[in-house]
Amino acid sequence: MSRDMMPSFELYQPDSLEGALKLSKDVENSWLVAGGQDSYDWFKDRAKRPDALIDLGDIATLKGIRGTDAGVEIGALTTLTEIAGSELLKSNYTVLARAAARVASPQIRNAGTLGGNLCQDARCWYYRSGVDCYRAGGNTCYADTPQGQNREHCLFGAARCIAVSPSDCAPAVVALEASIVISGAGGERVVPAEEFFIGPSVDITRMTVLKPGEIVTAVRLPKKWSKVRFYFEKVTDRATWDFALVNVAAALHVEGDIIKDARIVCGAVECVPRRLKSVEQAVIGQPKNEDTALIAGRIAAQGATPVQYNGYKVPLMENLVRRAIRDS
Amino acid sequence: MTFKLIGKDFIPHDVVAKVTGSAKYAEDFRAEGMVFCRLLTSPMPHARVKHIDATEALKMEGVLGMITADDIPAGPPGFAPSLTREPMYVGEPILAVAAISEQAAEDCIEKIKIDYEPLPFTHDPLESLFPGGKDARGDGFNIGTLAGLPPGKIKWTAADFARVKQGEQLPMGKPAEEWAFGDVDAEFKKCKVVYEEPFVTASLAHHSMEPRSAMAYWQNGKCFVHASLQSQAFALPPLAQMLGLKPEEVVLIAEYCGGGFGSKGTAYPCMVIPAYLSKKIGKPVMMRISRAEEFYLGSARNAFQGNIKVGFDAAGKLLAADVYVVQDSGAHVSFWDYRAVGDALALVYQPNAMRWRGLPVFTNAPTRTAQRGPGQNQLACVMEPLVDRAARELKLDRVEIRKRNNPVNGSGGSPGPDGKRTVVPSAYLRDALDKGRAKFNWDERMKRSGRKNGPRVTGIGVGQAFHPSGFAGFDGLLCLKPDGKLHIHTGIGNLGTFSHSGTSRIAAEVLKIDWEDCVIERGDSRRNLPWNIGQFGSNTSYTMTRTNYVAAQDMLAKLREIAAQDLGGKPEDYDVDGKNVFAKSNPSKSLSYGDAAKRAIALGGKFDGHDLPKDINPMTQASATALAGSGLIGVAKDNLPWTGQPSAFAACFIEIELDTETGMHRIVDLVSVADCGTVIHPKGLETQIKGGAVQGIGMASLERLVFDPQNGLPANVGLHQQKPPSYLDLPAEMHTDAVDKPDPSNPVGAKGIGEPLMGASASALLCAISDAMGGHVFNRTPVLPDMIVNQLAGRPQPRKPLSINTQ
Repeated sequence: MSRDMMPSFELYQPDSLEGALKLSKDVENSWLVAGGQDSYDWFKDRAKRPDALIDLGDIATLKGIRGTDAGVEIGALTTLTEIAGSELLKSNYTVLARAAARVASPQIRNAGTLGGNLCQDARCWYYRSGVDCYRAGGNTCYADTPQGQNREHCLFGAARCIAVSPSDCAPAVVALEASIVISGAGGERVVPAEEFFIGPSVDITRMTVLKPGEIVTAVRLPKKWSKVRFYFEKVTDRATWDFALVNVAAALHVEGDIIKDARIVCGAVECVPRRLKSVEQAVIGQPKNEDTALIAGRIAAQGATPVQYNGYKVPLMENLVRRAIRDS
Repeated sequence: MTFKLIGKDFIPHDVVAKVTGSAKYAEDFRAEGMVFCRLLTSPMPHARVKHIDATEALKMEGVLGMITADDIPAGPPGFAPSLTREPMYVGEPILAVAAISEQAAEDCIEKIKIDYEPLPFTHDPLESLFPGGKDARGDGFNIGTLAGLPPGKIKWTAADFARVKQGEQLPMGKPAEEWAFGDVDAEFKKCKVVYEEPFVTASLAHHSMEPRSAMAYWQNGKCFVHASLQSQAFALPPLAQMLGLKPEEVVLIAEYCGGGFGSKGTAYPCMVIPAYLSKKIGKPVMMRISRAEEFYLGSARNAFQGNIKVGFDAAGKLLAADVYVVQDSGAHVSFWDYRAVGDALALVYQPNAMRWRGLPVFTNAPTRTAQRGPGQNQLACVMEPLVDRAARELKLDRVEIRKRNNPVNGSGGSPGPDGKRTVVPSAYLRDALDKGRAKFNWDERMKRSGRKNGPRVTGIGVGQAFHPSGFAGFDGLLCLKPDGKLHIHTGIGNLGTFSHSGTSRIAAEVLKIDWEDCVIERGDSRRNLPWNIGQFGSNTSYTMTRTNYVAAQDMLAKLREIAAQDLGGKPEDYDVDGKNVFAKSNPSKSLSYGDAAKRAIALGGKFDGHDLPKDINPMTQASATALAGSGLIGVAKDNLPWTGQPSAFAACFIEIELDTETGMHRIVDLVSVADCGTVIHPKGLETQIKGGAVQGIGMASLERLVFDPQNGLPANVGLHQQKPPSYLDLPAEMHTDAVDKPDPSNPVGAKGIGEPLMGASASALLCAISDAMGGHVFNRTPVLPDMIVNQLAGRPQPRKPLSINTQ
């Protein structure tokens, strides 16, 4: 139940990545926070009870947007406001800048980070209200019942849990074929964005491949998808401070009027950002026009299995994909 | 009438305090030795608390004490308690713990063990009306409202339910209340078009920006309560009653209030928790209410399941109406929104014949109260799209069809207990529609109705709403001091509209005194306040201009009397100019206001408050007696004639662009016009109109309560999930105007403002969405993107027409 009163905890504020990694290994029941926007609700409701917080905010090396030979590297602690306003990203990878600009509200974007946005936990309202569902370690799903209020839930990949990926940046980084740089006790590993996110059939208690003690340090965007045609759109009830009912991120290589390559990803329809490979295949080699867009839309939600209240996501997803091809 | 102050802008004193941050709300107060409390609230929608084990928890460091329902006397049956042993909704407070910090109190609460016996619960009134169906309460009551319908029980018959398709048609069994006028059947037969529709209007939380924090302590035999209230004088007697005290034993400080929208209209149960806790532990106790707790304790609008049948003739005149409203009242006794539906329909649309039936049913949702236009605004959301449907079918202009049905001065409303229909002194809704039509450029814009721009379609909407807006019989109290300053004592409260000052200016107007020479006494029961109505029901402008007018007339008469006594002649030989009372024949023969005040003190008796009118309320008597001897007293009960139910109206015009591929819309333009009588304070009015419009946008297209029917959990506790409108949901500019025609039953022509503005914008937006969708009417509020996407994709909606509290 909502308690709105945080308990006490220890606070660590390391100023280096090494320090943070050591702390997260040494301090029992600790919790890594970047902007904290996904975490503090849990603590206020006392639904998650770490004994210590490790605040990554003082680690300067995790911040900033840098051009590299391979493309662009964004420190995981770069705020969403910085990403939304970055000239480098706006001119090369607009889709990510636009996605970041649509996250939550200005206040939350000022505090929230790219790493945090990608690593955020599920937003299923049942789970967030602190009930003992599968994802919380219990033995039921409250949303997937005949009377479950599941308007925001998934069309694909239900596996005991029907929560969706709530992130706006996640579909954008998958569309950009980004890599996620992860540091842990064993050193650094680099994971393709598409493989970074995991569904309940892989691990129902986690949303990403991050293991306890690991830290996302950067997101790398490859040159391959720089300055192509982009599209991002997020449909919400309210114009700001709202999670996506469905969002779409697309990157299209267009030569003449022919689509040479494409990556199209929808968020909020599955527990992971859903890459629409069949749509990509259908549009590659086709002219970028209304007919192609229409076909893309019609097949976008193929295989969807709606629950009671989320059937509208099928036409919504179809429309958004159609728009992504048509209006990118 | 030409006024010096009325209709002019001024800077109310609380604006400066709010802008500079010096305004102190309940949470900002501190007292010597003050401690904090936190609430333990129910995790279940309905349960019996069998046992509370707090022994070990109360031994924790920093914990000072606990109170439960056993420590607070129970209120009348059916009414919300402060603390309970039978919680009837998730979030209902069971006990309170005091500690040196909120964290210590919450740590203690976590360790308290409660043995609950889960009880049946329901979130659907129709389930409670079903024979043998589950009820929300364990006391046998399933219906009841605040006044006129005590808690009772009604079950419909199996035959009632068997007659209809479940979830799609309202069974319409025995109502708790009903009335009718005219020959309904005969009028329906005359109609060209008849529509009969089931409808649902969702509940939405008040979510006042200032949570209802309270701080209390006991000193010298009195209980001091700092609280968040819309009202002042009116809230004191019920607060005292809840504390088991006499009103004079309670000091109520409620100078500022961060919004209430009806939920803080009078004293409410949780307000007394810190007082009882303070009494028990002997220290001042602060209870800060969190945002989540404000959802549970801060009330919500009553939801409806209903059936409406309306018939129009070929000219668009509404001939007959038949409406049945089942109100989802939440867990405890709530306001009578369901009645206001009938009142509003009868008045705003003037049918020749009409029947209204209704009943309020308890469900396991947080306590509900009146919320801005309770009932009237839901009716606007139900009825206005149907008026458009008729206009479309009959090929009539949508503004004209409304004007054809609108009331005029002296029109009747709903029938009272004697069967006689109430009468309105003034109704200028047609003028509001005309003014809005011109300002909105309706005729030009209508050419854009349905115009496509890629996937975007233009929708044009007009909406209208009403609320009764005034009372009579309350008291005014003024004191002119020897320094020449006029102290205007007002017990009305401060919900944030500045009307405490706006309506006080009438006294200054009558006495012609400079506004700079006036002092407003308010916000603290020690400031000798008169008995005034609460600041709710859009009544302040009307009611308080009357009280201040009669008190000022009393003072004016006394000024003339004193002048005549001192300077010779008769009182009627004298006039005032704002600084002096002078002989009309020879202005040099005069007495300054300050000197007149001194003379009043010397004369005593009625002049300085030692002799008081017999008909004023005991609260006013006490306040005037406390002021006696300090100046010239103007005091009177408002005995001005009552010629009918003063009524406020509003019309709103909205243009939207609806994205048919996403279901999202953008409001391109909004014009809202108030029929509020004489405009008293233009800037305050503009703020009211815009605020009402914003709240209506939320009601129409964003906000609703959702409960999981299987476990009773609320889905939208916070502002994030409840989704009140943000700046980005509004047009860049909102345009406002007022009819500005005086109501004949008020001395300055004023009547109410606030409530219909919300219903007008809500219904205008619904009509605009409907227009953009080629006239489709959802018969459900709010209309959300998923409903629009489903409809446009030809998919069935996931909820049945009468499903309530669902997503």
